[in-house]
Amino acid sequence: MSIGHSFLGLLEGKPRHGYDLKRAYDERFSPGRPLHHGQVYATLSRLLKNGLVVVDGLEPGEGPERKRYAVTDAGITDVQTWLSQPEKPEPYLQSVLYTKVVLALMTGRPADEILDVQRTEHLRLMREVTRRKTGGDLAEQLICDHALFHLEADLRWLELTAARLNELAARVRP
Amino acid sequence: MTEPLLVGTDLFKMYGTTPALRGSSLTIRAGEIVAVMGSSGSGKSTLLHCLAGIVRPDDGTVVYAGREISAMSDVERSALRRRDFGFVFQFGQLVPELTCVENVALPLRLDGVRRKEAERRSREWLDRLEVGDVAGKLPGQISGGQGQRVAVARALVTEPKVVFADEPTGALDSLNGEKVMQLLGQAARDTGAAVVLVTHEPRVAAYADREVVVRDGASLDLERVA
Repeated sequence: MSIGHSFLGLLEGKPRHGYDLKRAYDERFSPGRPLHHGQVYATLSRLLKNGLVVVDGLEPGEGPERKRYAVTDAGITDVQTWLSQPEKPEPYLQSVLYTKVVLALMTGRPADEILDVQRTEHLRLMREVTRRKTGGDLAEQLICDHALFHLEADLRWLELTAARLNELAARVRP
Repeated sequence: MTEPLLVGTDLFKMYGTTPALRGSSLTIRAGEIVAVMGSSGSGKSTLLHCLAGIVRPDDGTVVYAGREISAMSDVERSALRRRDFGFVFQFGQLVPELTCVENVALPLRLDGVRRKEAERRSREWLDRLEVGDVAGKLPGQISGGQGQRVAVARALVTEPKVVFADEPTGALDSLNGEKVMQLLGQAARDTGAAVVLVTHEPRVAAYADREVVVRDGASLDLERVA
């Protein structure tokens, strides 16, 4: 997740203080995993240094929380470029699970048990995310759906691999 | 942990020369939602049919609330299914000639409840399933998602102890499927009904409290193994 670009986008709506920016980010994009204050101010310092934001105002008192930040034209262009470029899809070609299954087969360990244990763990997490989704607003539901579709893809792979274990064993056993 | 409500033990069932169940066992407790998963042909629907008293197993026992279903007469099993069990299938199986409210009222009418009272209770359930506006329509006049919610209302109108749901979202798109599962899960929790949910979709199974996998006619409780 690009925190810097998200901040620039949030600032495009209106200038904000550091704390306000953190709160808006946590609520919209990272519920349950709030940013650390250090991350917030390190990101703002970098954006300032690169001329993507400016300090728009100061309130009496000490510390960065008193500064109000505004996005610059260069910052708006930066967000526009980021939004218009597709994210690189995750290739998922290096799988720890696949490695575990192959090593189990190569060493004569029960690979089916590895798949079953993993399946249970995945479904447990899916239940947890589903409960969270059921009680959440639309934003929360969409975030949870993203997780659920990915977990489901893993589960389908686990099922497919379980169905092809004998075939795989014949190929990988020395 | 509550007492077991429905217990299937060492169930065997053959269809011709094809074994559908080979020593499958499953325990359902009051109020819990259990997902029964497995690939096509694994025996999961046969297991549901045996537990619900629709199919008699060749061997093994099914005990519901202390009574052995597998030893009951057809008449006794029918009465039990009507009073204590509710059913939702992949395709709603609504009676096409009856309006939606009449469909929902059907199990109550079969149990001797007067029409006015049966339809009043049915309308309440349709409202609860957020399809009160289709009460007077025929099943052919409503969408698949609405039809499945009407089917859920019909399954729950008698406030059964166990709801058997066989791929209840199988014919629906993702959004409608999720809505049906949310409403079914919530209604079951509100009324204290247990749900036996047969599905091959992990996202549907995730609405359950736990999962049992059927493989080659045998059921595995992976969570207990793990």
